[in-house]
Formats: sequence, structure tokens, C-alpha cells
Amino acid sequence: MSARKPYVRPMDGWWRRNPFFMRYMAREASAVFLAVYAVILLVGVFRLSQGKAAYDAWLAALTSPLSILFHLVALLAVAYHAYTWWKVMPKTMPMLHVGGRRIPEITLSAVGWAAWLAASLIVYVLVRGL
Amino acid sequence: MADNTRTIEIEVLRYHPEQDTEPHYQTFSVPFADDWSVLQGLQYIKDDLDSSLSFRWSCRMAICGSCGYMINGEPKLGCRTFLRNYYPHKVRVGPLDHFPIERDLVVDIDDFVGKLEGIKPYIIPREPRTLEQGEYLQTPAQRDQYEQYSSCINCLLCYAACPQYGLNPGFTGPAALALLHRYNADSRDEGWEARSEIVNAEDGVWRCMLVGYCSEVCPKGVDPAHAINQNKVNSTLDYFGVLKFLMPKGAAK
Repeated sequence: MSARKPYVRPMDGWWRRNPFFMRYMAREASAVFLAVYAVILLVGVFRLSQGKAAYDAWLAALTSPLSILFHLVALLAVAYHAYTWWKVMPKTMPMLHVGGRRIPEITLSAVGWAAWLAASLIVYVLVRGL
Repeated sequence: MADNTRTIEIEVLRYHPEQDTEPHYQTFSVPFADDWSVLQGLQYIKDDLDSSLSFRWSCRMAICGSCGYMINGEPKLGCRTFLRNYYPHKVRVGPLDHFPIERDLVVDIDDFVGKLEGIKPYIIPREPRTLEQGEYLQTPAQRDQYEQYSSCINCLLCYAACPQYGLNPGFTGPAALALLHRYNADSRDEGWEARSEIVNAEDGVWRCMLVGYCSEVCPKGVDPAHAINQNKVNSTLDYFGVLKFLMPKGAAK
């Protein structure tokens, strides 16, 4: 008779076992702030469709201290999310070669980060200019 | 042993199925020299302190893939991890995470071996070449497309690094999917369809959440996370029926 009795270890709290997993969970959780922010913007569009008074009330609600606090936290969370998004993006692409050499992942990420910063800057300038 | 011998505490996870209901740590004091690996520390324990300790090892030079353990919670090869880097703290050695423990540091890898066979890890040509046709030709650029994925030594560190495999053992997993891609990416191979059922399945590439730790711990630079995630694109194109136009090779079943 077999004396085998394989022991299966539990997975409870797996993401607290390794800093790498904690960063992964932070990356995934930061998307929640992105989703909430998108909902707030959608509500704004909806309020705009209801007329000027409704839209002005929505704008006023945005200036509350709680709203400003949320937007500050959301800005940090979304910045972290965007950073990690471009960091893992090269893993989803086929290998790219230029002149017989493979383009390193960090170069691809860096192009993404630069495009992200440039786009953010353009949007900021456009909005401030209005 | 040289004069510069120091003594380090090694905590080893013990599990004897005959008498234990669950694993427990046992501490050993191990004198070691500067060039001692964790594997050598385990061998010292087995030879001089407790011959009942069970662990797998073979080549001692990071090519056989036998001596993967959790070392201070990280999946590492025992032969290329050095005791000096942990001294004066103690070092904790356990069996690879996410696999059932058979005994002490030995884990049950039958599940992985089955998956490895399942991905058809061999070149599937559309039609076998005859001797008259000569050898397959391949340019260095074509070889670059799969070479790194062919470096896998089946050490299973990537499975121990993959929480998805721990939570859903049905997941085909990093090494098997990386080897699957190694063949799909080979210009001599036309076996996409033969392997597509495994790629496209929920337990195939789609189970991967891109934690990315598999690529981090791989001792051979295989980068399984890259192999898996570029195939999410291929799997999507396959679903919409456009992959066969982009990849005319690949009709062999």
C-alpha cells in the first residue's frame, strides 16, 4: 500500500507573503480609483444634459473638501496605475527587432511613459488655456 | 574545510507523511565556507546531522532544474543561492510553493509533467520533409523569435512564483505555456491549431493575470510572462478568425 499523503498548503493571505505580490495588488487596486473617477465624469455629462442649473450643482459639488481629497488620492493612484501599465505593456507585445537587435523592454516602457507625460501635459495646457 | 568557516542556522520545513499531520520547521546549525550554496548546506545536514532529510538535487550547476526550493520565501535554485548572502541571519528553506508536499523538500510535480506532455513540445510541420528535401533552414532572426523560450530547465520556480497556479491548479502555467510558445514561434513549426485548444482555454493564457513574478524568478531568462501575454493577442485574433490570415503557417493538426 502506498504511504503517500501529499500535503497541500493553504493559499490564505498569499498576497501578503511577498512584496512583489503586494505591488501587484496595489497595481490592480489602483484601477478602482480610475473607475470611480470615470463614473464621476459620466455623472457630469449626465448633469450637463439636464441643464445649466444641474451642471453648476455638479461643479459646486466637486469643490467640496471631500471631493478635493478624493481627487488628490485618485491622482496618485491613477499615476501609479499608468506607471505600472506601461511597465508591463512590453510583456504583451511580440518581440521587436531593429537592426538585428531586440528592443529592450525598458525602452518600450520608456516610450510609453514619455507619451503618457506628453499627453498629460498637452491636456493640462489645453484645459488651463480654456 | 577552510579556516574561514562560519556557522549559520538553517531552518528546514520537515514533513514525514508517515507520522506528521502537517509540516513543521526544524533548525540545524551548519558550518559553512564562503563558497557554499544552500544545496551544500542541505547536503551537510543529510550527511552529518540528520540522514532522514529528503530533497531533490543533481547537477549542482543550475542546468538540471532539480533543486528548486523556497529560500526565505523566494523560489530559488539551491545550487546558485549562497549561504554567505544570508549570514549572520538564519536562512529558511521550504519546498516549492503551490505544489503538494510529498516529503520534506520534495514536491509532487506529476501535474506539471502531464501539462508539459499535453502542449505537444515538438516541431509539428505541415508535411514531414523527406530526406531529398534536405534539412530545415532557419535564419538567425527566425531563431531569435524562440531561442530564449527554449532555455527552460523545468525547475518549476515559475510555478512556485505564480499565485494563479496556487489558487487554480488547473492553470496550464508559466513553463508549459512558454514552451508551447517556443514551438509556435519556431519558423519550422506549423502547429498553432494543434495547440490552440490549450492556448485559448480559460485555463490557458487567459488565466494569467500578469503578476509577472514568474519572469522575475526564472534562472534562465525565459520570461514566461512575455510568452503567455503576447499569446493573449494571438488568442483574440484566433477567436475572430483573423489569425490564419496573419499567420498563414500553422494549419497543421
